[in-house]
Amino acid sequence: MSISKSNTQVDIEKIASIAHGIRHRVLEHTVKNNGGYLSQACSSAEILACLYTNLVNLSPLSAPLEPRDFVNVPSKNFTDYITGAEFHGKKGPDLDRLFISPAHYALVIYAALIETGRLTEKSLEKFNKDGTTVEMIGAEHSPGFETTTGSLAQAISQAGGVALARKLRGESGKTWIFMSDGEFQEGQTWEALSAISFHELNNIRIIVDVNRNQVDGPMEKVMSIEPLIDRIKSFGWDVDKIDGNDINQILQSGFSAKDKPKVILGYTDPAKGIEILKDRPDALHYVRFANPFEKIKYNNFLKAWK
Amino acid sequence: MAYEIVKRPHVENFVRWSKFKPEVVVLSADLTSSCEVGKFRDTFPDRFFSFGLGEQNMLGFASGLAREGFEPWIHTFAVFIYRRPLDQLQMSVAYPNLPVRMVGFLPGITTPGGVTHQAIDDVNVMRGIPNMTILETGDATEVESVLEVAHKINGPVYIRMLRGEISRIFPKNEVMEFNKARVLSTGTDVTILSSGISTEEALRAIPALKEHGVSVQHLHISTLKPFTDPQVIESLKSSKYGVITMENHSVIGGLGSAVADLIAEHGIGKKLIKIGLKDTYAHGASQKYLLHKYGMSARNLIEATEKLMDKNLQISEEELSQTRVIDVHSTAKAEAL
Repeated sequence: MSISKSNTQVDIEKIASIAHGIRHRVLEHTVKNNGGYLSQACSSAEILACLYTNLVNLSPLSAPLEPRDFVNVPSKNFTDYITGAEFHGKKGPDLDRLFISPAHYALVIYAALIETGRLTEKSLEKFNKDGTTVEMIGAEHSPGFETTTGSLAQAISQAGGVALARKLRGESGKTWIFMSDGEFQEGQTWEALSAISFHELNNIRIIVDVNRNQVDGPMEKVMSIEPLIDRIKSFGWDVDKIDGNDINQILQSGFSAKDKPKVILGYTDPAKGIEILKDRPDALHYVRFANPFEKIKYNNFLKAWK
Repeated sequence: MAYEIVKRPHVENFVRWSKFKPEVVVLSADLTSSCEVGKFRDTFPDRFFSFGLGEQNMLGFASGLAREGFEPWIHTFAVFIYRRPLDQLQMSVAYPNLPVRMVGFLPGITTPGGVTHQAIDDVNVMRGIPNMTILETGDATEVESVLEVAHKINGPVYIRMLRGEISRIFPKNEVMEFNKARVLSTGTDVTILSSGISTEEALRAIPALKEHGVSVQHLHISTLKPFTDPQVIESLKSSKYGVITMENHSVIGGLGSAVADLIAEHGIGKKLIKIGLKDTYAHGASQKYLLHKYGMSARNLIEATEKLMDKNLQISEEELSQTRVIDVHSTAKAEAL
């Protein structure tokens, strides 16, 4: 694996601190609201920190943006609708695009946007509040989102269409998709993997948070998708299997490329950084405290955490 | 009535129409010649994209292309647009109100392909989808002119498309107009609203009805959503005995239901008889056989008129215009389906 120049300039400590910030904000929010998508923050914090700081070539913002109030859904009479893509900066032919597929990671995405200076810090106060775009499950008006993919596995095809359009226009920018491993249970994902490879959309990069957990529990008990690397490789993709909580590995894999579309399978720990989550191994999808004692336990953890 | 029969009008027409529209791209799921875009593929290979048997993904690609300023024209059988990938259609295309054109072939009982290939509740499903526009073609002129109507709409459009040998009922220069019915005859006893191939079938019976003294108001409908044409509302009001709808679709949720809504919303208070598939699936057989078996024929229109007027019109079979029998093995069709 070759390491590109930009990788040598990377401040690993800075990325680690952003990853910590993501976890901290999500834990804080979870304790305050008695629930949240906490384990997703634990598993994906390093991946998102790497994407937003180094891997995805997004145009910078001069200052963090305020989330907008919700106005209306797109329609023929309302064409001026908001796109959450504005938090990814201006588009450009040589710039990258980033599509967030698992929309229930919204809280984690908002935290990542705050940590990387794209969303104002107080925005999380609006989370899941009526009339805002800072929704619990992100839609295309929510900060960081460009598509409406709460029904999973639909971002990959839409990003495929965007990448195809960009290829037709001769644009050099890459199209990134952040996915969750549960989406590899959906047939559409495999249709899309076939189509992207068949149409040689080699500027597509998918990075997957393989946390091996889903709503009903561990994936191996619900519906195993392994061996995932072999399955995806057999669809004509370049695939790396890495430790998705290891910043060096994420960057190394993210910067290396063959003349193929690429999937990075980041195997992650859904309790990373918040080890007390391991006390509830089969119920990680959405953390809602079972009793006041559990809430106190997490609150104590938060207070002791730097 | 003997109409000019046009063979595969979409083949040449679509190529001609799209020639100077570089934003128009075609997405196909292994039914390219069956949907009469083989010539487009061969003429503009850079604007044609094959997706194999994968409609869910194809709808997502269409969304992405549309978001980037292209105008995707999906060509496949109607059932593989509204039925199989419905969630993708709703979330990737309809919600963001993207200008994706979905050309659905084999509406209703126009195919001997049977239940798997017959789109019998597509209008019902599509009418319930916000942002969706629904157009239906009833003859060769409409197959040709529906393209421009769809092209001008800011949002997703679903087209019930005809293929193969198609009658030219309306003069070539009398093109389809958005949300505007064609008034085919004017009268005050009964108002008949028909769409798609049911118009040709209705036209077999209407001359006989007139011969027997029935004053018929007949409108051909090609825009099923929106459904706000003032001509339609006026026609419903003016009928003395009531209204008959005739459609190549289930009687639930299609043209008949749209008319029922209008009657109720405008307090028109007329009786309504809906001719169509009576909440049933059909099976694989010829169009003529299926129209008779499922009560969607010219004879059923006569019977519905008699029922509304409470009168036996004594119209014999000979008085009805001949059914145009479409050769299932016609060379105008790419395959047996």
